Amino acid sequence: MAATAFTLTDLKNVLLQAAGTDDAAALEGDIDDLRFEDLGYESLALLETAGHIERTYGISLDEDAFAAADTPRALVDLVNTHLSAAGTVRP
Amino acid sequence: MTRRTLVTGLGVTAPTGLGVDEYWAATLAGRGAIRRVTRFDPTPYPSRLAGEIDGFDAAAHLPGRLLPQTDRMTRLALVAADWAFADAGLDPAHLPEYDVGVITASHSGGFEFGQNELRALWSKGGQYVSAYQSFAWFYAVNSGQISIRGGLRGPSSVVVSDQAGGLDALAQARRQIRKGTTAVIAGAVDASICPWGWVAQLTSGRLSTADDPERAYLPFDERAAGHVPGEGGALLVLEDAGHARERGAPRVYGEIAGHAASVDPRPGSDRAPTLQHAVELALADAGLDAGDIDVVFADAAAVPDLDRAEAEAITKVFGVRGVPVTAPKTTTGRLYSGAAPLDTAAALLSIRDGVIPPTTNSLPSPAYDIDLVTGAPRPAPVRAALVLARGHGGFNSALVVRAADTP
Amino acid sequence: MTAPSARRVVITGIGVTAPGGQGAKAFWNLLTDGRTATRRISLFDPAPFRSQVAAEVDFDPVLSGLSPQEVRRMDRAAQFAVVTAREAVADSGLAFETVDPRRTGVTIGSAVGATMGLDQEYRTVSDGGRLELVDHTYAVPHLYQYMVPSSFATEVAWAVGAEGPATVVSTGCTSGLDAVGHAADLVREGTADVMVAGATDAPISPITVACFDAIKATTPRNDDPEHASRPFDASRNGFVLGEGSAVFVLEELGHARARGARIYAEVAGFATRSNAFHMTGLRPDGKEMAEAIRVALDEARLNPEDIDYVNAHGSGTKQNDRHETAAFKRSLGEHAYRTPVSSIKSMIGHSLGAIGSIEIAASVLAIANDVVPPTANLHTPDPECDLDYVPLTARDQLTDAVLSVGSGFGGFQSAIVLADPERRSR
Repeated sequence: MAATAFTLTDLKNVLLQAAGTDDAAALEGDIDDLRFEDLGYESLALLETAGHIERTYGISLDEDAFAAADTPRALVDLVNTHLSAAGTVRP
Repeated sequence: MTRRTLVTGLGVTAPTGLGVDEYWAATLAGRGAIRRVTRFDPTPYPSRLAGEIDGFDAAAHLPGRLLPQTDRMTRLALVAADWAFADAGLDPAHLPEYDVGVITASHSGGFEFGQNELRALWSKGGQYVSAYQSFAWFYAVNSGQISIRGGLRGPSSVVVSDQAGGLDALAQARRQIRKGTTAVIAGAVDASICPWGWVAQLTSGRLSTADDPERAYLPFDERAAGHVPGEGGALLVLEDAGHARERGAPRVYGEIAGHAASVDPRPGSDRAPTLQHAVELALADAGLDAGDIDVVFADAAAVPDLDRAEAEAITKVFGVRGVPVTAPKTTTGRLYSGAAPLDTAAALLSIRDGVIPPTTNSLPSPAYDIDLVTGAPRPAPVRAALVLARGHGGFNSALVVRAADTP
Repeated sequence: MTAPSARRVVITGIGVTAPGGQGAKAFWNLLTDGRTATRRISLFDPAPFRSQVAAEVDFDPVLSGLSPQEVRRMDRAAQFAVVTAREAVADSGLAFETVDPRRTGVTIGSAVGATMGLDQEYRTVSDGGRLELVDHTYAVPHLYQYMVPSSFATEVAWAVGAEGPATVVSTGCTSGLDAVGHAADLVREGTADVMVAGATDAPISPITVACFDAIKATTPRNDDPEHASRPFDASRNGFVLGEGSAVFVLEELGHARARGARIYAEVAGFATRSNAFHMTGLRPDGKEMAEAIRVALDEARLNPEDIDYVNAHGSGTKQNDRHETAAFKRSLGEHAYRTPVSSIKSMIGHSLGAIGSIEIAASVLAIANDVVPPTANLHTPDPECDLDYVPLTARDQLTDAVLSVGSGFGGFQSAIVLADPERRSR
């Protein structure tokens, strides 16, 4: 079902691949509402992350909405909004 | 009075050793690291040997966030910079914020990173190109990343003069110290052993096609037929002498005493080549006579014409067999812009230990009237050394280092 | 503060290859007319890319005087550099055969080297990205010269007959400022009497366009290419990629005077600092650029009030233009509000490493002609960019001293001060 096509776990995996982490433990636990900035991910890391998501899921994230999605939860929601709109199922 | 520039820290990443001690032990022992390429399958290519660095675990030394955005040469450079500052006992964070800079030379940037992104572009499409491609491959990346990691806000730069650039970077760092900067981390680390880098190197026409590591890179030998590429290099902490003295720097390897650079006339010109002139200017800049130089670290191209030109320049300045000449880069292969800073480190260690490391594998040709140090390391008091580096298109660079207690 | 050197460095020759017209004269006409040279990319089909606009040079290497062999062995960026260096040398009136070649050097700035050649050649040797083990039998013979852009410096040295120090300076988008600053240092310290110095870049190639797409640094204003570069405007949304070259003849002042040379301006001060912050990002306060400006003014022995015009980096990204505005206020104080500031990138785009030298050319021509070039496309200023950016129309004004600045990926922040040498001696 499209609404849960992209999960926080998916996002963590993309982040690790696209941007790496200084401290693997930092991505454990309840990070949904922490700001990316506080998790150590700045704009460049997020742009690389967005590129990975767009290629993997065949979507094109709205640029302004992406810029505003400053927490994992917001980004996961944004990706799912796009997936629903595109009628895409998870690959 | 002109401020003097001392070398107070060394960071070495070489095929023959990670760290100064490992590198120097291998260099004195004449232990080579040239072997068949392992990074990719070299079978289709006419040249198949390289000096690769083994056992470098970037993740063990660097934060995970840096790994996806860095080429191999940048990872090596970041670690070499850390080691150089540690060796110098200098924490840039403890100095005023604009007092430390970083000046590196680059040869071909992060060529492997660029290769992977070019492949993504042409095989899959533009949207597959990484955001990091905007800087990870380019020539300035090592200076930029070292600056960020170390919080270095002083004057920084990047020079590209093919394989002579490493000495130009050290000279540029000395220039900044003379103008008032306290310390500059300077030198070069290169690494382009990947298929795309290999194919580009091959077009230089200067790569050895031998398969026997002991017969592949033979400068000043009648069998000389090109060089073997290597990866790595060295970064040096250059520091104002007054500052080094006041803080009681734990180690002072020597002084950057003189430098000059030149470019040869265009091919086909009837004008003379300029290496000899660069050597004479570097000696004059150091205030030394030819007789004061105790060893020459040669560029050692292992291309007959280039070997002859270098031997002639040395002979004209120092006389027939007038000075010991060595090329320890026969153990590592040529590290492109990283080679000359590594030779500079070796020259400073020669001063420290009173020993000249050997040129391995080469049997000196009687055609060259130079005293090439081969076989065992040669014990000798070394007070001053000349390091030479040359590059495609006719770049010549000459650097003089000398013992720090020289008045 | 270091003691001022007795040797002073002046610019006696200018060459420019820029979008909108070849040669310094066409370049200056474009700027003072306030025309833009940005358009839809024609060098390749940009349809698959997010940003499809650029400022291209209409360049014919043969008509520009390059020999068939020079054309064959050089990447477009090297071709620009050689043609532009020849223009600078001719403009200087310096008979190079009368100068000691060993006291003549070359410094060429370039951020991305022979990117265009590398992009094309990779495509071929990899057979369109298919081969991981790329095929060396399809490599062009001069691929090594593309790999290592120091070939730009040797090409220029050969073209002008220089045998002194030669190098390429590659500090990202400050390369063109840093190359001239470095060359001036060599003349001032006595290593050289003449330096042929400048910068070149030809980055309009799929790989460059793709990587700037990935970080959304270039504008997606594809439907209006002529007005796509909008520094300091509230509607700006990224820079427009450009290409080109500017090269100068730098000479020791006494050397220039002795031969009765036309002296355009003195390279009076230069400094570079790093922000040690981020490879592509800028801190909003502009502190490190302000420090570079302060040191460059100090070296020039000028006060902020002496600056008649600021030639801005003004790339047209949201972040840059605010960063820079903050840096000007921080370094020039109240004078930042009084002095005109403009960005010629509004007209000729951002040619990465080359632009710093092209902007020096604009600055020097502003001094020579007493005209300040405008910022095109500036209709609605960003409220956070509240200086006098000379919107739309060039301005006649006495101009003796100009500050030009740049920011580069890697955190480089550079500032150069150019001044009429007569003014400084009176």
